Amino acid sequence: MENNWDIVIKPRERLLSVDLGEIWRYRDLCSLFVKRNIVTQYKQTILGPLWYVIQPALTVVMYMVVFGGIAGIPTDGVPQPLFYLAGVCMWQYFADCLNSTSNTFVNNAGIFGKVYFPRLVSPLSDVISNLLRFGIQFGLFAVVYVWYIFKGIPVSPNWYALLFPVLVIMMAGLSLGFGVLISSMTTKYRDLRILFTFIVQLWMYATPIVYPLSQVKGRVLAGIDLYTLMRINPVTPVIETFKYGFLNAGEFIGWGWLAYSFLFMIALLCFGVVVFNKVQKSFMDTV
Amino acid sequence: MATAIEFENVGKQYRLGLVSTQTLSHDLQRWWTMNVLRKEDPYLRVGETNDRSVKGTSDYVWALRDIDFKVEQGDVVGIIGRNGAGKSTLLKLLSRVTAPTTGAIRARGRIGSLLEVGTGFHPEMTGRENIFMNGAILGMTKSEIASKLDEIVDFSGCERYLDTPVKRYSSGMMVRLGFAVAAHLDPEILVVDEVLAVGDAEFQKKAIGKMKDVSQGEGRTVLFVSHNMAAVKNLCKNGIVLRNGMVAYSGSSFNCVDFYLQDCSDLKRPYSIYAKEETVDKSKEVVFLSISLKDMKDQIKKSENISFEFDLFSNASIENCRINTTIFTIDGTPIGGVSSDSFFSTSINQRKKVTLSLHDHHLVPGKYYASFSVGIGNSLTGQRDFEVVQQAVVFSIVSDNEEGSVVQWSKSWGNMLFPYYQEVIY
Repeated sequence: MENNWDIVIKPRERLLSVDLGEIWRYRDLCSLFVKRNIVTQYKQTILGPLWYVIQPALTVVMYMVVFGGIAGIPTDGVPQPLFYLAGVCMWQYFADCLNSTSNTFVNNAGIFGKVYFPRLVSPLSDVISNLLRFGIQFGLFAVVYVWYIFKGIPVSPNWYALLFPVLVIMMAGLSLGFGVLISSMTTKYRDLRILFTFIVQLWMYATPIVYPLSQVKGRVLAGIDLYTLMRINPVTPVIETFKYGFLNAGEFIGWGWLAYSFLFMIALLCFGVVVFNKVQKSFMDTV
Repeated sequence: MATAIEFENVGKQYRLGLVSTQTLSHDLQRWWTMNVLRKEDPYLRVGETNDRSVKGTSDYVWALRDIDFKVEQGDVVGIIGRNGAGKSTLLKLLSRVTAPTTGAIRARGRIGSLLEVGTGFHPEMTGRENIFMNGAILGMTKSEIASKLDEIVDFSGCERYLDTPVKRYSSGMMVRLGFAVAAHLDPEILVVDEVLAVGDAEFQKKAIGKMKDVSQGEGRTVLFVSHNMAAVKNLCKNGIVLRNGMVAYSGSSFNCVDFYLQDCSDLKRPYSIYAKEETVDKSKEVVFLSISLKDMKDQIKKSENISFEFDLFSNASIENCRINTTIFTIDGTPIGGVSSDSFFSTSINQRKKVTLSLHDHHLVPGKYYASFSVGIGNSLTGQRDFEVVQQAVVFSIVSDNEEGSVVQWSKSWGNMLFPYYQEVIY
């Protein structure tokens, strides 16, 4: 009689009581959230999903002018549009996921305050719905890629391009991990949110998006080896492998660094989810 | 029957004022005392009640304290109380929107909570899309919703607008659609916050009917918060009255409503003083100094007479005074009245005590209050009241012998038991 309760609500539970089965039971909700995010984003716009293409295209043009033209940063011999587009595609997915997941609690306070469902469904659906956008942008990349091949410019993928699905999962994992961690911390102290939008902007420059990693090699700033420092950034190995695989330029960052990035992602995700799980219980009181 | 929900010593503490200021210092202090000094949480202070009108000494309040009750399966429990008594907090804890500070809540079966109608509705999406969205948020699967879609649409009565974005809906239509989804939820436990207040009369009737079906026909447990006493009485078997975050009364819903209404007004006395002899209003010819029940007895047996004692003061010489009485149930429904004969006269500056006894009152057990007026004349000759006092005394009618009565009187039958029928057989 004592033990057959279905639901027990208590103040503090064990730290690692993340109920993944429950999230699975709410998979329909997750898919509906994904649908909502996609359907509602460009409602009542004329160009609609075309914006998914226009944004990166304009960004690439901008980079070509500023970094390629004015600053004159080389692109490892790869045509500039292709080089920038590869970086923008991947980074944009990461940044989009990060921005939406890091505001989970604040943006969904209205729903979270009224009904219970596993809160993790919400950032998870953000990451999934951003995949569509990423897919379209990757399509743009593919079109430009094929166009260059037809023009006879020597771009060709190598075997590392097969890592692509893993790289996307790593990007998703990293952004989800960082996102839930930040959203858990920002329920109480909003300062972090302001700081964070700013950090994401700067982070892009600490990742080889607008320049190849090879340019950093051998540079030392205030006694710190920049090359090592940049590779510690867990996003760098992912971006570099992607570029190396598809553009076949520069050199492979090495399995060690890729494994480091992967393990970083797993650890971050576990930590983030545990913290998120702890915060979700009473965030309504502080948000 | 099995227990569906059990609250055990549940408490919920909130911090007052602006949450964002000083929280860091409080957090650090709390962390220091709890983790380094290994002491109790310095901000969990005991013994302070949550009275919203009184300034407290601490920044922290208990929105709920020591909540201990059980709900049987298939029961419909009304939760009533004043604003800020903790009703919504209780439902929030049960729907797992926020966690309790102390204690534990245990439940059997799925909990469906309806703290708001149409949670998660997206204005840009159509009615149909929102039905799925809302249903999924409330815990239904896509196939469950799809199988009930026709019923939901039919119940809401919004078929024509099904493929229109809900931002074009009237607020009433939005509510109808939201409630329609929620009404087709099948959790074993349904938690409903004041949602019937919106929607037109037809829809309210429909919604209450649906909730009745759910509890009676399908054996679900319902927790229902409302300020609509009629709905509570109509829908609920049992009730809980919350006051300042604690359970003030629990019992049948009729008794709960009575308790709450008495608690809400300042109707607490069998005895009232209106004026002192030195400070009476000189502009009135005759005034009440005090009104009380005879012997201060506010529990009156059904067969006994109800006797009121009046202490009057006269500023003028008046002949043929009479006292009118109206008796109300505790929720303010007038039951009936009686006018005395013109049975006393007064002279200037005279203090007078009179007693009136009501025989054969036929009131059924329950709580009542009475209002009085002193004056002259009646509706035929033209009347004049010198003074009227509302809600002067409160009394209870109790049955003559608690266990002896064959039939337990139900409040839904009214407040008077008529003496007898003249029976004729042809």
